[in-house]
Amino acid sequence: MDKPINQKAWLLVLPVLLIVAFSALVPLMTVVNYSVQDTFGNNQFFWNGIGWYQELLDPSTDLGGRFFDALWRNLLFSALILAIQVPLGIAVALAMPREGWRVAATLVVLALPLLIPWNVVGTIWQIFAREDIGLLGWVVNRLGIPYNYTNDPLSAWVTIVVMDVWHWTSLVALLCYAGLRSIPDAFYQAARIDGASRWAVFRNIQLPKMRRVLLIAVLLRFMDSFMIYTEPFVVTGGGPGNSTTFVSIDLVKLALGQFDLGKAAALSIVYNLVILAVCWVFYTVMTRMDAEK
Amino acid sequence: MARIDLQNLAHSYTLNSAGNPAGGKDYALKPLNHVWEQGGAYALLGPSGCGKTTLLNIISGLLVPSEGRVLFDGRDVTELPTESRNIAQVFQFPVVYDTMTVYENLAFPLRNRGLRGPAVDARVREIAKLLDLTPDLGRRGRNLTADAKQKISLGRGLVRPDVAAILFDEPLTVIDPHLKWELRSKLKALHRALDLTMIYVTHDQTEAMTFADTVVVMHDGAVVQMGRPQELFERPAHVFVGHFIGSPGMNVLPAEVAGRQARIGGHEILLTRGYPHLDGGRRIEIGVRPEFATLAPAGAGVPVRVRRIDDLGRMRLAKVELSGIPMAATVPDSLSVAGEEASLLFEPAMVHVYADGALVEGEAA
Repeated sequence: MDKPINQKAWLLVLPVLLIVAFSALVPLMTVVNYSVQDTFGNNQFFWNGIGWYQELLDPSTDLGGRFFDALWRNLLFSALILAIQVPLGIAVALAMPREGWRVAATLVVLALPLLIPWNVVGTIWQIFAREDIGLLGWVVNRLGIPYNYTNDPLSAWVTIVVMDVWHWTSLVALLCYAGLRSIPDAFYQAARIDGASRWAVFRNIQLPKMRRVLLIAVLLRFMDSFMIYTEPFVVTGGGPGNSTTFVSIDLVKLALGQFDLGKAAALSIVYNLVILAVCWVFYTVMTRMDAEK
Repeated sequence: MARIDLQNLAHSYTLNSAGNPAGGKDYALKPLNHVWEQGGAYALLGPSGCGKTTLLNIISGLLVPSEGRVLFDGRDVTELPTESRNIAQVFQFPVVYDTMTVYENLAFPLRNRGLRGPAVDARVREIAKLLDLTPDLGRRGRNLTADAKQKISLGRGLVRPDVAAILFDEPLTVIDPHLKWELRSKLKALHRALDLTMIYVTHDQTEAMTFADTVVVMHDGAVVQMGRPQELFERPAHVFVGHFIGSPGMNVLPAEVAGRQARIGGHEILLTRGYPHLDGGRRIEIGVRPEFATLAPAGAGVPVRVRRIDDLGRMRLAKVELSGIPMAATVPDSLSVAGEEASLLFEPAMVHVYADGALVEGEAA
């Protein structure tokens, strides 16, 4: 069959093209533009080529050292978040009621943390965990456990991880719950007749049926935790020292604190590419799993 | 081996505060006594919502009845969980464990019961062969067709050496029509080969009649008739059975019955049995299947008015009016109908009398 050729059809794509250009391409190119130049203020720019990138990716330099330290912190944080939130989310979803008024009640309670603005979450925990007036901090210290997130890196990490678990486990739980609800009763009945143990039911029915939503949950939680900014910024401001300075926090310090536009732009681009790469891996894995089906 | 006794069994999904069914209307299953003999092929036939799945789930132990007892070979299993009963169930939608191969699916119930090694392997291969699943043993469950999946569901029941009864809950619903027949013959063959009690729930009369030796017809939570397919056809115990079985269903005509005569709007129909004691107040009807009412030229029998003649392929069916009451009758091949005037010949032995819907046993002459 001959395809009719009509060049005017390009006009139909134009609106999308314009929107994408102004929302993504133009700002992105501005950042690329900054990343290859140096400025000493006064709106004077000098060509620096890939200089910033070389410095950024070389851990022996000051900039590179900062970047890799922050990047490892980010990866550690994401790993902790996934290791805690995914199993916990599954456990919560399995424990959720399947019928009656309790379903609605549970859903509302679970959704609450997700509805709170991020900086409010930070503020809540900043106060909640204070060792002098915060309920949590005060109780923990009274129990004889030294805990102070403003001068102890471990305390600061515990605070941020627990805060994120409180904030986001609901999302994993809700997604898993949706996956569980899609399993017909006949599967559970057949499993009972087959004499399957609780673990076998989980392993052979529930987990396979949750696999797709779990992938989405893992993807979302990885992206979000890898880009975390607001909550630790509000609670610890990156401290004590640099112990909770993640890439995003460092980026803001670099761009808005030190006005190193070139370095900050190069950092943004690399940060962005790391996230894109991870996204691509997830996307490939997911589509391949679909193709298998 | 199991003989299954149901004693005063009843179930209601809505319970009052005392934990008892609130009233007669709340029963999904009305009090019932029944015996399923070892090795029988039974069909539970009835429209949707008549309680047949409830009954099945009580037998398999997925549901604990609100009243009564279930006995397997005299042993009370009413409170026993499914996994401790030697029973298997196949559901409407095929249940296959997606991530496992067909082999693992079939081995699953055995492994769950602690069996290992060559015993499992031998049994799985034997059952796979029986179900023609041998070539698929290595394949993942999720890539199979609906009928293959349903065979696996069945196989997981058959594979257990302890299983004495298999319950089917409308197992052919999602199977393509041309495969239904094949799968049903397979079930029949398995039943003959394995000496298992099979209880087959369906709302399809053809499935029930071709599968079962004994058909149990349920209506509104109660068993209305139980018998061989032929009995259900020739002597429906209730007008519901008459309507539900047969296509088209039985004609039910309001009539006055006295002695050995039924009277419909001034026309008399002869009966083979006498009905002297039909007391007043009850709704008296006669029921006759279209197969036992044949159209004849006017004057030969009870006069009727022909409204339409449908050619169903295997037979011709006439829609007629007897004193203004519509009914269906068979048109013999030899008869060519001209005009509206005709008459009906009844086969007297196949004309039954019903009082308030229930069959009345007449007195032999």
